[in-house]
Amino acid sequence: MKAEKLRAKVFSRRAAIVAGGQAALFAGLGARLYYLQVVQADRYRTLADENRINLRLLAPPRGAITDRFGELLATNVQNYRVVIIREQTGDMAATLARLAKLLAPDSFDAARIRHDAKRRRAFVPITVRENLTWDEVSRLEVNAPNLPGVGIDVGLSRHYPRGAQMAHVLGYVAAVSEADLTDDPVLQLPGFRIGKRGIERRFDARLRGKAGNSQVEVNAFGRVIREIRRQDGQPGARLALTLDAGLQAFTTKRLVRERSAAAVIMNVHNGDVLTMVSSPGFDPNEFSAGISRESWRRLMRNPYSPLSNKVLQGQYPPGSTFKIAVALAALEAGITVGHRVFCRGFIELGDRKFHCWKKGGHGKMNIQSAIRESCDVYFYDIALKIGVDRIAEMSRRLGLGEKYDSDLDGQKAGLIPTRAWKRAVIGSRWQKGETVVAAIGQGYVLSTPLQLAVMTARAVNGGIAVVPRLALRAGAAQPDFPSLGISAAALRIVADAMDQVVNHYLGTARKSRIEDPAMAIGGKTGTSQVRRITMAERAADLHNNKKKRWRDRDHALFVGFAPVTAPQYAVAVVVEHGGGGSKTAAPIASAMLAEAQRRDSARAAETIAAVSSS
Amino acid sequence: MMHGRKSGGQRLMGKLWQVNWTLVLLIGLLASIGFAMLYSAANGNLSPWASRQMAIFAVGLVVMLAIGLVDIRFWLRHAYWPYGLTLAMLAGVEILGKSKGGARRWLDLEIFQLQPSEFVKFTLVLALARYFHRLNFDDIGRPQFLLVPLFLIALPVVLVQRQPDLGTALFMLLGGAAIFFIAGVRLWKFAVVALAIMVAVPVVWPMLKDYQQERVLTFLSPERDPGDKGYQILQSKIALGSGGTFGRGFMKGTQSHLNFLPERQTDFIFTMLAEEFGLFGGLGLLGLYAMLLAYGIAIAMRSTSQFGRLLAMGVTIMVFLYVFINIAMVMGMLPVVGLPLPLISRGGTAMLAVLGGFGLVISVYVHRDARIGRHGEDG
Repeated sequence: MKAEKLRAKVFSRRAAIVAGGQAALFAGLGARLYYLQVVQADRYRTLADENRINLRLLAPPRGAITDRFGELLATNVQNYRVVIIREQTGDMAATLARLAKLLAPDSFDAARIRHDAKRRRAFVPITVRENLTWDEVSRLEVNAPNLPGVGIDVGLSRHYPRGAQMAHVLGYVAAVSEADLTDDPVLQLPGFRIGKRGIERRFDARLRGKAGNSQVEVNAFGRVIREIRRQDGQPGARLALTLDAGLQAFTTKRLVRERSAAAVIMNVHNGDVLTMVSSPGFDPNEFSAGISRESWRRLMRNPYSPLSNKVLQGQYPPGSTFKIAVALAALEAGITVGHRVFCRGFIELGDRKFHCWKKGGHGKMNIQSAIRESCDVYFYDIALKIGVDRIAEMSRRLGLGEKYDSDLDGQKAGLIPTRAWKRAVIGSRWQKGETVVAAIGQGYVLSTPLQLAVMTARAVNGGIAVVPRLALRAGAAQPDFPSLGISAAALRIVADAMDQVVNHYLGTARKSRIEDPAMAIGGKTGTSQVRRITMAERAADLHNNKKKRWRDRDHALFVGFAPVTAPQYAVAVVVEHGGGGSKTAAPIASAMLAEAQRRDSARAAETIAAVSSS
Repeated sequence: MMHGRKSGGQRLMGKLWQVNWTLVLLIGLLASIGFAMLYSAANGNLSPWASRQMAIFAVGLVVMLAIGLVDIRFWLRHAYWPYGLTLAMLAGVEILGKSKGGARRWLDLEIFQLQPSEFVKFTLVLALARYFHRLNFDDIGRPQFLLVPLFLIALPVVLVQRQPDLGTALFMLLGGAAIFFIAGVRLWKFAVVALAIMVAVPVVWPMLKDYQQERVLTFLSPERDPGDKGYQILQSKIALGSGGTFGRGFMKGTQSHLNFLPERQTDFIFTMLAEEFGLFGGLGLLGLYAMLLAYGIAIAMRSTSQFGRLLAMGVTIMVFLYVFINIAMVMGMLPVVGLPLPLISRGGTAMLAVLGGFGLVISVYVHRDARIGRHGEDG
């Protein structure tokens, strides 16, 4: 029994040790629990909230764009799409087969949908097809009982009611690319669209608005359990443009008769661009929906470059329209109306002959008749007298060769050559012959149609540095443009000459005149060569435009203003390879100015009628 | 069940009177907490877990009392039978076992699935207690007498290890070693074994196959498997920590109810409890377990027979290991092993096994003064 007692004693001692050990380990558990739940509580609380709370961005609706009278140019339309939720649909294949009967079977890709459905979680809606028509929506609604798990989602997509007419001005919206990413989180939303060109890009920040957000509780699989908090975003601001949609439509219709052309009308006093059309255009709605590869390829391959806005980006030799700048430079440099030059059809400079467009010559010319009849020889003479740098200086004052600090997106600068420019860029001395060529807007000189309109506007608005703009500024916020410091007399002489171009019986654009004296226009024609005419061609009369391939024909240009008595509008029209400015471009410009003024008086009459009837 | 001989003319009613009802009450309390947590885990539904758990507990309670009322000498005389039976089941798993999550642990018995390794933990205690009871105090000092009990431990350890279930294998090794310790095996022998293991590891390690090494490494550091076990532990710690001092409230644990917490109805049920009831809930549960274990130890100390002492203490140690390993695991202190929280986690086998174990403890208590000879004869 002694052994038995000893055994009990050993057991008791060891059991006590085990019990003690257990107590110590339990204390360790308690301490760990305390550490996790008290000391580290805040940290884990945060982690738990991060786990369960998801911040979802709510995309703000994009601001509408209107013309100057409030007509909608860009808006958002509801875009209906069919979605299918795997876990609710049961037999996916059967549901898709039924869907195929209701929608056109080839309008969606069943294999792609099944593939998507397999890769996503069962409760995530898979898009079957976007951009449903009303007809399709109602057909789906009627058949809803047979389509378990099929739903219709409504999203917003950008819509341009006037399609191609506004394409270049407005630009378009498209998916966010890597380069567009900023710290605005809304850009990361799938399917979010931002402005890619034109007004949509320029005013993207204003049109975009601010994203709202919604805090939702999600479970471990990402399924939304409930919404905790919601903060609505700020919709994008509405933006009014200076454009007149009616005039834009008119201009577009007029330009589509040409293969490739650009036209712009601006207010000479405040710079409001009333119409700006580059033809051919494209349908920006295709971009909002996501353009197909086929359409994109077609646009890229089109030789008339529908994607570029030629008003801002087409750089053309201005031809004789440049004589406005040369004439003003000469008058400011001391050439007077009394200065006369005899045009016998060409001048000789060293061993080179420079021709006037009129084979037999114009005879005796002064500055006004030279503008009126577009005598090249006269301008060769005065250009050589004043030198290229004075011409360049005046061109700059008139707004050529520069990009405007304005809201017109994607401008090209054009080119106004000087001696210094040639030394720096070409690396050789300026030649006198180059001054002669520059005098008639050829050679190095390049300008955009917009710049030509600005030049014209500045020449007839009393010599103030008007800058074109597209965003309408209401009431008091009219800009105060500085004077260009050109003498009123010089401006008067050039404006009168431009009047004669259209309204004098010898004027180069007399066929495009407007008879109504209150709406009469003035202007200047231009025809610019796109390639040098060889002596042989000149001898064989091969430079006759009708015989050339389209690509080799001259550009037709016209700049003008109206009304002659109190200028309001400046116009510039360029018809690429259109032949002669007087024949092709002037009639278009004339029609545009007539329409612009007609619309003005029609509106005035309406206003009077509205005031008197109320 | 009632084949046991009644000792000293005690009648059944008298025996029932003898049952330690406070212990039964504690067990009932713990199981009830389990029902509540399972109800919460099912987002406020009795099905599928809580109701089934209650039914199993009801059955287990009857089994426990039945085992408790059976004469302790019966258990002594037939101590190797349950051991042999459960060991056979364990071997059956090897042949007929049902595979879940890459491991064969379950026997599919149509009505429910049995995990024999849960039973083995307690039948092993029974067998070891029987063996050491018979042994003279002097014999314990002789190494050759330790071969049999070592063999008793090694058999299930090897079988379980093959499933593979390294966690349970180590669990049994630890439990067996603890019984060796309380049986009076000298401390230097433990030191020798520990030393031998330390020497053996670098020798055996290179002999293991790649997948075996991988298995051990993953067991030791779950971060190697961040997709699953690492994620589980992180989410468990987040759930625990976010519970704070007072918890998020019954059925309001976001980690549990939004499914961030895996296995909330089984291995990670303590996490859910601590998330919903905070530090107070967690410590409260630890306290209840401490009381339960204290009862077991007290019963062991009070018993006059070595068999009773070893049996009660052995069961207590096994239950302690369950509680400690499970809770330490969910708090990120130990590797992740598939081990339930006794009386609380969903799972019929573990519930029945633990209740059966306590049935033995009750039997020890009811027959605490029974004198038992070396072979179970009345002393």
